[in-house]
Amino acid sequence: MNLKGKKIKLHDNALRDGMHSVSHQFSLDDMVRMAVALDEAGMPLIEVTHGDGLGGSSVNYGFGKHTNREYLEAVVPKMKNAKISALLLPGLGTVDDLEMAAGCGISTIRVATHCTEADVSEQHIQKAREYGLDTVGFLMMAHMTSPEALLEQAKKMVDYGANCIYATDSAGYLLPDDVTDRIGALREGLSNDIEIGFHGHHNMAMGISNSLAAIEAGAVRIDGSVAGFGAGAGNTPLEVMVAVCNRMGIETGVDVDKIMDVAEDIALPLMPTPTRIDRDSLTLGYAGVYSSFLLHAKRAEKNHGVPAREILMALGEMGAVGGQEDMIEDVALDIKKKSA
Amino acid sequence: MAINCAMIGSGNIGTDLMAKLQRSPNLNPVWMVGIDSESDGLLKAREAGLKTTHEGVDGLIPHIEEDNIQIAFDATSAYVHGENNRKLQEKGVLVIDLTPAAIGPFCVPPVNLKEHVGEQEMNVNMVTCGGQATIPMVAAVSQVQPVEYGEIVATVASKSAGPGTRKNIDEFTRTTARAVEEIGGAKKGKAIIILNPAEPPLIMRDTVHCLTETEPDQKAITESVHAMIKEVQKYVPGYKLKNGPIFDGNRVSVFLEVEGLGDYLPKYAGNLDIMTAAGTRTAEMFAEEIENGTLTLTKLT
Repeated sequence: MNLKGKKIKLHDNALRDGMHSVSHQFSLDDMVRMAVALDEAGMPLIEVTHGDGLGGSSVNYGFGKHTNREYLEAVVPKMKNAKISALLLPGLGTVDDLEMAAGCGISTIRVATHCTEADVSEQHIQKAREYGLDTVGFLMMAHMTSPEALLEQAKKMVDYGANCIYATDSAGYLLPDDVTDRIGALREGLSNDIEIGFHGHHNMAMGISNSLAAIEAGAVRIDGSVAGFGAGAGNTPLEVMVAVCNRMGIETGVDVDKIMDVAEDIALPLMPTPTRIDRDSLTLGYAGVYSSFLLHAKRAEKNHGVPAREILMALGEMGAVGGQEDMIEDVALDIKKKSA
Repeated sequence: MAINCAMIGSGNIGTDLMAKLQRSPNLNPVWMVGIDSESDGLLKAREAGLKTTHEGVDGLIPHIEEDNIQIAFDATSAYVHGENNRKLQEKGVLVIDLTPAAIGPFCVPPVNLKEHVGEQEMNVNMVTCGGQATIPMVAAVSQVQPVEYGEIVATVASKSAGPGTRKNIDEFTRTTARAVEEIGGAKKGKAIIILNPAEPPLIMRDTVHCLTETEPDQKAITESVHAMIKEVQKYVPGYKLKNGPIFDGNRVSVFLEVEGLGDYLPKYAGNLDIMTAAGTRTAEMFAEEIENGTLTLTKLT
């Protein structure tokens, strides 16, 4: 694989996807310290919100320690070069939340839908363009549809006004060839002024390999998170990604020593338990289940005595999509009833 | 004597509603209004012998007097409801709003239908499908003790969510959240909607989380929830308590499944049924009022 001379933009998700690892409990100080350190390391784009984005704070997904407004107001003014992004899932967050985030000074909004449901993003993408934001269509659980169907959904988001489209491997299920097919279909089918991105999860340890496959197929934005902070077994660990990119001659603009230090000195001490591939997070990748379900399933195991792995497998079989965290307890109760 | 009705909007909701009205003892569906002459809804309406127009509400207005249309159901979109409502009210037609526009008072039949009697209202809003499915449960809890926060999660099959629902997704969450407060009785409300494309399509699922102000009275809440389930089942037989209520500290959670009658879309689309059945139930109450003279329709100009 020769990727020498390719230029990519890394997008750190530790302060958004990483919120899943801490049940959305980062303090404002945690957020600011990590964002400032990432900025100093040269990270160009950093996402900051509740793990489920704007409007995410809830019984269903967990209440955030602070509101999204408080996090954004704390972090945005501290940035020297890095830009801040926010995530919005239509059906959960609204254009009112988008307006709030735009007012806080975000540069980028990522409007996220299930990979077959892009047409719920019209209101939000249009509004984001009116605000002049860098507007990203974020197609989640991209393994659940074909590359051709993914392209059709991407075209809708581009029609609404998105200037960048992501194939999002929310379950950490995709293997490198699957990534090549999806990113390739998007690159070939969308006009050249539309950027393509890839968001990986490390549940099958494919974060780095999949990201390289994505770059080879035409992606220029790559998500990950420092120390792999993120849902499930985490996102593509960015300090590793930067090191690999340096060896391969891919330009990221991020200082490898500095980002290693952010991972080791700031991010890792904030993890209540290590974000790693255990039997439950591996099951997410293996069965194609939304990574954010992990801690909820572990909690259901504790409360109802049903193994998390069994719950996750059942959710995979029923075709649960992102956001259906409410089904975790329901499935646990069903399994418990059956075995009673 | 049945009251003559018109359905505005020939999508999933409007077409399912037609089947419900055809079975109603005191409502008579006469007109179906669409914007595409080839739409499946208009086709079905013509087959059923209804009058149709594909020129929107303007195609209906000239016929209101001659066909004595007294009740209209708007199943278009929140964006056009205001204008539709204005035109219909000028003709003295009572409007049942099935969009999330919510310009009139909310109606969730098992909770507050009776409060609408004698109010001389000319527009009532049916909240949303998720609201109809979940607000009775929030009310069942808040009737026992104060609910600080009510949150509902509605998951519907992708195939049952038409273009109107998709374009109105923000209106869905806002309107439902407001009705969780105003009709459900929660001090603060939140609503979440999820579309799931699984094949075969999944039956509508709804989860209701309430945070009570003080320790929940488990026995009283459980009884109240079961009693409310029976109330909803009177007009939506496929409304089912799947799990719960479960109690975790001050959290009360109820897991519901709503199976439809399969009138227009197959049975998985309980979200259509609960909306159209609630709209029909509400219109039947108003029809009784019109017949017995407690409600006189007036032209608003």
